[in-house]
Amino acid sequence: MKALRKYLDKIKPNFEEGGKLHWLYSTYDAFETFLFVPNTTSKSGVHIHDARDSKRTMIIVILALIPALLVGMYNVGLQHYMAIGQEVTFLTRFFYGFLAVLPQIVVSYVVGLGIEFAMAQMKKEEVAEGFLVTGILIPMIVPVDTPLWMIAVATAFAVIFAKEVFGGTGYNIFNVALITRAFLFFSYPSKMSGDQVWVRTADTFGMGKGAVIDGYSGATPLGQIATTEAGNFSDFAFNGITGQPLSLSDMFFGFIPGSIGEVSTLAILLGAVILIASGVGSWKTMLSVFIGGLVAVLLVNSFAQNAIMEMPVYYHFLLGGFAFGAIFMATDPVTSARTERGKWIYGFLIGLLAITIRVFNPGYPEGMMLAILFMNAFAPLIDFYVIDANIKRRMKRATVTK
Amino acid sequence: MANRIKIKKGLQIPLLGEAEGTLRGKVTSEYVRICPEDFHGVTPKLTVKVDDTVKAGTSLFYDKNYPEISFASPVSGIVTAIERGEKRRILYVEVKADSAVQYEDFGKKTVASLSGEEVKKSILDAGIWFLIKQRPYDVVAVPGKEPRDIFVTGFDTAPLAPSFDFILNGREADLQTGFDALAKLTPGKVYLSVSPKTTNKALREAGNVVITEFGGPHPAGNVGVQINHIKPINRGETVWTLSAPDVALIGRLFNEGIVDLTRTVALTGSEVKQTGYYQMSVGTQLNSIFKDNVTEGISLRYISGNPLTGTKIDADGVLRAYDAQLTVIPEGDDVHEAFGWASLSPKRYSAGCTYPTYNKKKYRLDARLLGGPRAIIVSNEYDKVFPMDIYPEQLIKSIIAFNIDKMEQLGIYEVAPEDFALCEFVDTSKLELQRIVRVGLDLLRKEME
Repeated sequence: MKALRKYLDKIKPNFEEGGKLHWLYSTYDAFETFLFVPNTTSKSGVHIHDARDSKRTMIIVILALIPALLVGMYNVGLQHYMAIGQEVTFLTRFFYGFLAVLPQIVVSYVVGLGIEFAMAQMKKEEVAEGFLVTGILIPMIVPVDTPLWMIAVATAFAVIFAKEVFGGTGYNIFNVALITRAFLFFSYPSKMSGDQVWVRTADTFGMGKGAVIDGYSGATPLGQIATTEAGNFSDFAFNGITGQPLSLSDMFFGFIPGSIGEVSTLAILLGAVILIASGVGSWKTMLSVFIGGLVAVLLVNSFAQNAIMEMPVYYHFLLGGFAFGAIFMATDPVTSARTERGKWIYGFLIGLLAITIRVFNPGYPEGMMLAILFMNAFAPLIDFYVIDANIKRRMKRATVTK
Repeated sequence: MANRIKIKKGLQIPLLGEAEGTLRGKVTSEYVRICPEDFHGVTPKLTVKVDDTVKAGTSLFYDKNYPEISFASPVSGIVTAIERGEKRRILYVEVKADSAVQYEDFGKKTVASLSGEEVKKSILDAGIWFLIKQRPYDVVAVPGKEPRDIFVTGFDTAPLAPSFDFILNGREADLQTGFDALAKLTPGKVYLSVSPKTTNKALREAGNVVITEFGGPHPAGNVGVQINHIKPINRGETVWTLSAPDVALIGRLFNEGIVDLTRTVALTGSEVKQTGYYQMSVGTQLNSIFKDNVTEGISLRYISGNPLTGTKIDADGVLRAYDAQLTVIPEGDDVHEAFGWASLSPKRYSAGCTYPTYNKKKYRLDARLLGGPRAIIVSNEYDKVFPMDIYPEQLIKSIIAFNIDKMEQLGIYEVAPEDFALCEFVDTSKLELQRIVRVGLDLLRKEME
């Protein structure tokens, strides 16, 4: 470590004002602060500081995402070998999924961080850590077969137009990862929905070659119930990709077709535990999303006209991106409501809207993305009214005493 | 029985180096320096020249805008230097102190027989009016404005803060006289806040004041928090604030007829070998008590005041006007910690839960920012350590935007920079919140007056 420190000190003058490589200062700074805690000391105000910084915060979120990512990778392999009818070991499945997902992670990071670094350089600022989380979220919420160039285009679009034009991390109105997904969804709908995109049937780097077996169908459970002919829920059954029935435990552990991050409710809950225990994610937002969902489902159930309207609440929570969105997307502090009371309202409405879109929208079986993006837009309004109550109280006090 | 208020939000930062409760003697220095920048909102105009002879209590300078506010020399001697900085701003006035202090005689007075105006004039003439601060704006009180109420905090909850019980030991009579004097200055009430731990009888059983007991972590001892809970400041109102030791200094003026700005000061901090209390006058050079009493071989930060709101001073710096505490902590600029973001080190302290806690009681924190400045990202961070009916993050944003209407609506008149000290400590984004509030208050004052 000491040698590295010496090397950094040696090359530092090149990047400082007047140095040959000054135009790369933000990049140098990003790597230096990644390796070593900056030794700048306070100039004004408090003389001591809390050890938590932006890097630590983002690392915790990434840590919380890891379980869902790993299970998701395994599931990619599992679904693939099921689709081609081969029995393979646990590790082979995982490795296949790892190889399938890794390029997406790399592409999303390279494109996103590239833009972030360039922007920071242009603005002569430090590189913000926000994209470290966004970059891993993006591959987790898109279908596994999304072409890499689409991910690159969508990431670039989202980072530039949803974040940088507003001023960078901390100033964006919409969740950047969700904008990426929304961009893909509306630009390339055929690659983003339907029953062909959720299971990777092709080989990955030559691994797992094989033809799809007869009777294969790659529809997600939510896709199935959205398009079913069955008149009520009791006549309907969820099927896996080879036509096998899906149990609740398959849905809980994550052995169903779907995006990488969203399939395993167990892994998502593990992430929730990490976020709540470390205080990084707001339990209020998470809980209120589920409460909102519950209320919506109970309402819909009581006026049920078809199978999806009759679907019990636990299916709603286990399937699709509901849990993932509630834990990892709705809690994004920048785009969520920032007042505590506001978070209850914000989360509740996300849950309510997500279920509403799911049940009543004929074209698209998932509602979480649109619900969160919609509430992102309304979060400042919610905060406005929460804060306005405080302001009114203060104004009233002032006039009473006069 | 006093009213009790329990503060729930806040944070007691567990630092090493609390002052031992022993008085270690009186500290004097050859030169005494008074720094006008301590007195916020004051534009100093000199009344002395180099080589003038002054007594303790002689005015050194006065406020250009309110000439009745003068600033007393804490010692007697000869003015040796007037140091100026950029734009000819006065950095300090230096007085070479006599070995025996000669006091300007202001005459002993019985407060009970004085009118409010006479009390005010006595304090102003003696040059210790600066001990009274006002809100809004957190500046030296404007004598012409009648305060709605006067708030006195009888304890300090800041990290490593001195015990007011200890400081006021033996000053009971002065303290009560001070309260009596303050009561004459306002048509409202004088509110005194004590902590559940307060034992000093003069505080517990003070007369002529309304006593409220505040329990809970820092900033329960901040006068701003106390005002917000007792009787918040509204637009157009003015209140005055003091700390109990300063009330005793005012009391001393009436009881003894002299200006004696001798404070009992706690020497604290993880790098101090022998902590404890010292008596010294405002402006005393501190090299003698730091010498051979601090850790050697690393770079150190000397603070006049506490680690949250204190002023950075040099090793030969002086005790600043309002401080009853000196702190020495490591500077930390010689530390290169690898992969801090992944650290599980027990040396790191965080108020949140992003670091493991190892059952460790006290920490040795240095002056590093431990991160780079960012936009405000994490929400509900400031609120947790801000026990006032105010939205701190939104107020900060309105100050940054300098939106006067919004600032007023969100309660700018109720706050002082010190109220944001804990917010600044816990801030993940490492923003200079106290400076932002200070600048905001100054601009607002300029705008409104």
